[in-house]
Amino acid sequence: MNKILIIVPAYNEEANIKQTISALSAIDNDVDILVVNDGSTDATSHIVSALPNVNLINLKINLGIGGAVQTGFKYAKKYNYDIAIQFDGDGQHNANEIEKLLHALTEYKADMVIGSRFINKQGFQSTLSRRVGIFVFELLNAAISGQRVSDNTSGFRAYSKRAIEYLAVSYPQDYPEPELVIIMAKKGFRIIEVPVIMNKREGGKSSINGLKSIYYMIKVILSILITSMRKF
Amino acid sequence: MNDILSSLQGVNTKLIQYYSIAFSIGFLVFIVELVRRRRIREEYSIIWIVFGLVFLFFSIFRGALNFLAYNLGIAYVPMALMLILVMGIFLILVQYSIVITKLTEDNKNIIQENAIVNNEIEALKRDIEILKSKGNKNNLENNA
Repeated sequence: MNKILIIVPAYNEEANIKQTISALSAIDNDVDILVVNDGSTDATSHIVSALPNVNLINLKINLGIGGAVQTGFKYAKKYNYDIAIQFDGDGQHNANEIEKLLHALTEYKADMVIGSRFINKQGFQSTLSRRVGIFVFELLNAAISGQRVSDNTSGFRAYSKRAIEYLAVSYPQDYPEPELVIIMAKKGFRIIEVPVIMNKREGGKSSINGLKSIYYMIKVILSILITSMRKF
Repeated sequence: MNDILSSLQGVNTKLIQYYSIAFSIGFLVFIVELVRRRRIREEYSIIWIVFGLVFLFFSIFRGALNFLAYNLGIAYVPMALMLILVMGIFLILVQYSIVITKLTEDNKNIIQENAIVNNEIEALKRDIEILKSKGNKNNLENNA
């Protein structure tokens, strides 16, 4: 029986977190839920601590998504979990699709399964400008790793024990998702994608807007290029 | 205008040399003193000491600066000094970026570790409360 941990990074998600957790609590699989509150300034921590069967880790200082998710991996490594699932706290991901990721992870002996919204092109497909950005990552990552990943920015992922042990020690920070695909590929981890349906976020707001999106593109492309020059 | 130029011709350029030597020595003493008082760690002081020594060298051996400027194709000799200065500042700033990166990484790890340990303490506290309430119940039953 695999020990499974669902890592839910949450920064100021008071509008969505309760619904996210209740959806996760309702799934059939025997899983533990860990919310990593990334130094929220709203009631996120308060709301989560009142919920049953949820483990809460409070980061005293906001580390960003990379630092928050890595905290989950450190926890998973410490408590000897076999599988970790990264699941956003903002209501974008569907809890009933976790099974799909778990199935792919064990069936294909993968180390990282990415839930992609662009394989079946169902559900919320994001805005045009974001899709262009995501397509740039797809081409860039394919050129470097030789592996086509359609949804490099997806934060809906499942990881094997081997991956957990690696990521607990080394995880990219500051918009880590696309870069991580390259790192995992270069490290020789097996990556696969499965189609999922994502929702438009219900409340709160995305962390990437306006000028930040330009910084985001530059930072991620630079990170990918530099990662490609590193030896693993 | 001519007045100024003619008065400049009488300038004793040895003066600036003395000032430079004094400043370089003062600067080196200042840095060493900061290290001695543990206000700067040895590893971060090396770059300052090296540049202090470079300035001292060029203050004492002015010919060396002329030689350097000539070989770098710099027509105006003091610019060679500026070049060394700017390069030094660049290197020091890069070193700061390296140090900041390391501090950020260490900081992140400490914050994460602290959060995980806090989570553990909270869990232990809950366990203790449960044990305590069980113990109380047992005591009550035994007494009855």
